[in-house]
Amino acid sequence: MSTTAVAHHDEHAAHPTGIMRWLTTTNHKDIGTMYLTFSLIMFLVGGCMILGIRAELFQPGLQLMKPDFFNQLIGVHALIMIFAALMPAATGFANWMIPLQIGAPDMALPRLNNWGFWLLPPSAILLTLPFTLALFGIGDGALATGWTFYPPLSIQGGIGVDFAIFAVHLLGISSVLGSINIIVTLFNMRAPGMTLMKMPMFAWGWLITAFLLIATIPVLAGAVTMLLTDRHFGTHFFDAAGGGDPILFQHLFWFFGHPEVYILLLPVWGFIPQILQTFSRKPMYGYKAQVYSFWAIGALSVVVWAHHFFTAGMPVPALLYFMYSTMAISLPLAVLFFCWIKTMWRGSMSFETPMLFTVGWIILFGIGGLTGLVLADVAADAQYHNSYFVVAHFHYTLFAGGIMGIMAGVYYWLPKMTGHMYNEKLGKLHFWLTAISFNLTFIPQFFLGLAGMPRRIPDYALQFAEFNMISSIAAFVLGLSQLIFVYNIISTIKGGKKASDQVWEGAEGLEWTLSSPPPYHSFSEQPIVK
Amino acid sequence: MSSQEESSHNESLSADEIRSAANRRLGFKMAWIVLGSLLFAFSLVPLYNVLCTVTGLNGKTNDTATTLNDTKVDTTRWVTVQFTSSTMPGLGWNFQPKQASLKVRPGQVETALFEAKNITSQVVSGRAVPSVTPGVAASHLKKIECFCFQKQALNPGETKVMPLRFFVSPDIPDDIKEMTLSYAFFSVENAQ
Repeated sequence: MSTTAVAHHDEHAAHPTGIMRWLTTTNHKDIGTMYLTFSLIMFLVGGCMILGIRAELFQPGLQLMKPDFFNQLIGVHALIMIFAALMPAATGFANWMIPLQIGAPDMALPRLNNWGFWLLPPSAILLTLPFTLALFGIGDGALATGWTFYPPLSIQGGIGVDFAIFAVHLLGISSVLGSINIIVTLFNMRAPGMTLMKMPMFAWGWLITAFLLIATIPVLAGAVTMLLTDRHFGTHFFDAAGGGDPILFQHLFWFFGHPEVYILLLPVWGFIPQILQTFSRKPMYGYKAQVYSFWAIGALSVVVWAHHFFTAGMPVPALLYFMYSTMAISLPLAVLFFCWIKTMWRGSMSFETPMLFTVGWIILFGIGGLTGLVLADVAADAQYHNSYFVVAHFHYTLFAGGIMGIMAGVYYWLPKMTGHMYNEKLGKLHFWLTAISFNLTFIPQFFLGLAGMPRRIPDYALQFAEFNMISSIAAFVLGLSQLIFVYNIISTIKGGKKASDQVWEGAEGLEWTLSSPPPYHSFSEQPIVK
Repeated sequence: MSSQEESSHNESLSADEIRSAANRRLGFKMAWIVLGSLLFAFSLVPLYNVLCTVTGLNGKTNDTATTLNDTKVDTTRWVTVQFTSSTMPGLGWNFQPKQASLKVRPGQVETALFEAKNITSQVVSGRAVPSVTPGVAASHLKKIECFCFQKQALNPGETKVMPLRFFVSPDIPDDIKEMTLSYAFFSVENAQ
């Protein structure tokens, strides 16, 4: 795709081809492509794991797997989906789109960028290798504690925990490197005239995300390192027998874990208004209000962590503080929802696949947010804690709010990246299958949770059987319909109707001024923004 | 390529160099934030202990003996102290409180007895870790003497009665009429 552009840039004429091109590349588009491809593969891997779980939960009783293997699938599914599917997808878009959107020739620290990506495949191998090792009788399989690593279970666990700890270290270093790169790019590489308050929303979302990442990932790295020394080097950070405290781990973990939720969502909140304004054919409403809301949410997200373990025992004033501060996040979020709806209001709307995903996203993410308010209520949380209600809630925020948002972005920018239009019919089919089967998967789980079914168990009481069966069938439809998505992407890369430079009638922004696909080296002369 | 174009090309290169140096500088500044939050994570360990001691979070009680000053006994009210126990996996003991609860006057020194039996055929050491519920009551439970201050060793089959001498501080808020003191006995084979 780059041969014509390379001809103009003698100094880059000799870049390697084949596998060495991808191993050594420092080009933001190549690295972005690798991030997105890796993310898509891991999305399918993590999806297969959860289908194994849903198959086991299809009926009460133990049919397919032992409880220990079930627990391993649950923990690794979560780690893969969060760290290896959602985060790399957002970073992939950052690599592709941030330089194009702010008129920069490349990312600021290209070598770091390359290293940031190539740490990911080894960490994915570290996460999944214990499954294979167990087949050969080495160790007892992968991490079986759930993705939260709570001690004392994680101190007692097998080698899977050690593998997962090192995987988290690598994933953490990778995201920190990616974040530093994005911050430096956004501060130093903007085109002349593009002030911070003229940056596209996606760039803003990533700026807050990047700051949250460099502030909180080291806390997670520290916490799992303490876990590692507790396991092997005789320290007692979390070991009550030696004067430590297991609850301390929960504080450390969720000090990272709650901002992580917004780390996953803020880049998507950047896509949404851009897609809305394109398909509503009018400028986005409340740009400044959205930027300030991003800051407010970023700041609040680091002071609310203990709402994840209200039931662990806390003084009442602390419970009240964490309840009210958590609920306060809904205020800036409501501002965002208002701006998104107002952007569509009286617009000349059309519903191509990216717009379908975005509108569906607003509704489903809204449900995720509202059920979160219920969980934030200390009195109600005593009932909902650790139930399927929680599982349904965070899948509404992370699958609908995260992955469906990413999918909207894929359909929106894929014609720009590849130069070809995707198959609109298949795209719409993918949306409707995803939206319907997603709801059929997770609405029953709300009811299961209210009825008292705990999460992370392979077997359950008979009264939960019907809802679990509905949920399992819908989950398989949801999983299989993602194959349409994969097929659509691959066939778009291979060929299809040529996309125009602007791609969408209402699209505005620097990335749409370039050709589709953009040249290998874009904006060597920076554009001037007025 | 004309000489004019050549020179403008060189200028843009040096501008690139200036920018990449600036990028590296900002990159290193960001690395300081990363280092800072790593230090913050480790500093949370002592900070958390201080917080627990001050607020009674997690029901931590004093782990060294309190000396008995002339504390006035408050004869106007009763506080019930309940006792529970658990033996953690890896410790082959039976460990039970000899009394389910004691009704005490705040300020009055009381003795509670616990009985531990080693049911294994080896000498085993254990250490008891206390916790008080509700957490706000923790700092008002004062221990004068406790088997939990040191590790305890039992010979094979040995039974030992372990005393706890304590008083409930008269400063305890009026609304706390009951508290539960729980002991979890841990094996200290590997731990110090």
